Amino acid sequence: MNDYEVIIGLEVHAELSTNTKIYCNCTTEFGADPNTHCCPICTGMPGTLPVLNEKVVEYAVKAGLAMNCEISRFSKQDRKNYFYPDLPKAYQISQYDLPLCEHGNIEITVGKDKEKYKKNIGITRIHIEEDAGKLIHDAFTGDTLVDLNRCAVPLIEIVSEPDIRSADEAVAYMQTLKSILEYLEVCDCKMQEGSLRCDVNLSVRKRGQKEFGTRTETKNLNSFRAIYNSIEFEIKRQIEVLENGGKIIQETRRFDDVKNIGYAMRTKENADDYRYFPEPDLAPIVLSEEYIEKIKNALPEMPHIKKERYMSKYGLPEYDAEQLTASKYVAKFFEEANDICNNPKAVSNWIMSDLFRLLNENEIEITSCKITSENLAKLILLIDKGTISSKIAKQIFEEMFENGKNPEDIVKEKGMTQISDENAIKEMVEKVVSNNPQSVTDYKAGKDRALGFLVGQIMKETKGKANPQIVNKMLIEILNK
Amino acid sequence: MSVSKEEVKHIAVLSKLQLTDQELEKYTSDLSNIVDFANELSNVDVDGTKPTAHILDIKNVFRKDEVQPSYDREEILKNAPSKDAGCVSVPKVVE
Ligand SMILES: [Zn+2]
Repeated sequence: MNDYEVIIGLEVHAELSTNTKIYCNCTTEFGADPNTHCCPICTGMPGTLPVLNEKVVEYAVKAGLAMNCEISRFSKQDRKNYFYPDLPKAYQISQYDLPLCEHGNIEITVGKDKEKYKKNIGITRIHIEEDAGKLIHDAFTGDTLVDLNRCAVPLIEIVSEPDIRSADEAVAYMQTLKSILEYLEVCDCKMQEGSLRCDVNLSVRKRGQKEFGTRTETKNLNSFRAIYNSIEFEIKRQIEVLENGGKIIQETRRFDDVKNIGYAMRTKENADDYRYFPEPDLAPIVLSEEYIEKIKNALPEMPHIKKERYMSKYGLPEYDAEQLTASKYVAKFFEEANDICNNPKAVSNWIMSDLFRLLNENEIEITSCKITSENLAKLILLIDKGTISSKIAKQIFEEMFENGKNPEDIVKEKGMTQISDENAIKEMVEKVVSNNPQSVTDYKAGKDRALGFLVGQIMKETKGKANPQIVNKMLIEILNK
Repeated sequence: MSVSKEEVKHIAVLSKLQLTDQELEKYTSDLSNIVDFANELSNVDVDGTKPTAHILDIKNVFRKDEVQPSYDREEILKNAPSKDAGCVSVPKVVE
């Protein structure tokens, strides 16, 4: 496998978070009943006239500037013709030879700790276009149902140079893009809802070989896991084909996220011939220096700047600061919680370990998480005040994640208050000591493990509610008497 | 012929049309005539001429990003030959 070099380029589609669609005043709101966010323009009725949403241009220029692109002073829209039921006009309005943004680049960080490295990935272009509708399979009739609510929701397509060399780099690139788009507030980046997704162009070549191999395109990947797994799959597949003396066929492929396998789409759908031509219904876009300058000056604090601030202001290690600032929403959650409990290290630890683990396991984003930043801060204050032990806090945290309850209420309901009453603990310690004479002898003979065993017994007696510092202190006192 | 039979077959596939052999002959000849006629434009010297992005001298026709009510679903689906569950129903395409 090491004899081969992998060449990857990504085409990322990001739905813009405008209020209305790209050419009509229908709302872009997600999740409504089928075909209730439609009008004659977005369903492609003959005789209608599309008019471009001004925010689409503004958002695309924002993205272009944040990705170090040159912004076109003169740009136009084109028709991309293909026949499919999710596209009622039988053409998609996109941009062909004069996209809004070109020749950009972004820096990505790949890997962890000692293997960490930085790399620049070129951005070929960013153009505006319209999304297609949604096709639903009707299991009862066997037909396909067409819902046009998403049809003509504005998109930007961000096309990278073939600079990516591994699945890890592809994921890092996608994470960086997501982070930038979130900070700019031009896309909500909800990958499970399809508002951020990508196509992977991939080829392999023997190391030292100059020309590229034949590439395949795997379409519509909408999770980091799917991107990673589909790339690993396709690299292996292409190398196997070549090693067995076969040839790679240029084709469009899909990836089944559940079965973890990629497959080629039927060749008929591969007959790409889009017959692009200039869209006669839409006027060219001509941008002034002042317009671009104004957007540039209004760009928000970007993730790498925020990261530096977290390191200097809160004294967080670089890795933590990077993880917390990668997502705008995580950064916001962190800052809100810390404003209440003023314990940056604790807030950071809770987010990076328990919260990220639970979000991953449940495949949800922090924005749809039931734990609020305020409740996390309260939990940390309960630990800091000694009301609960950190072990109990972990249980409470899981419950907060399940039902979104206030930690103070959970503690009250379940009687989880930590026992810090020295007399009560002393009683418990004496009881355990007298019940375990062998361990006491072992401890006095210098076996440290006996101490741990006794602490464990006491915690068991109190169902984990005894304050561990007091238990330790008292146990040693009694044993050393 | 400036348009080959193969090209006509390809265009038929893209247009979702099924052509008989006779139709194929006829369209190959008809389309060739049309293309020949249009190709006279290729004789014009366009060196130094900028490509036309739009036939009218207009630019920056934008609208504000303000939501207005969409149409009733009944209206939108009125012309659909077949519908089901609030959707247009078409022959199976989902794999
Ligand atoms: Zn509409």
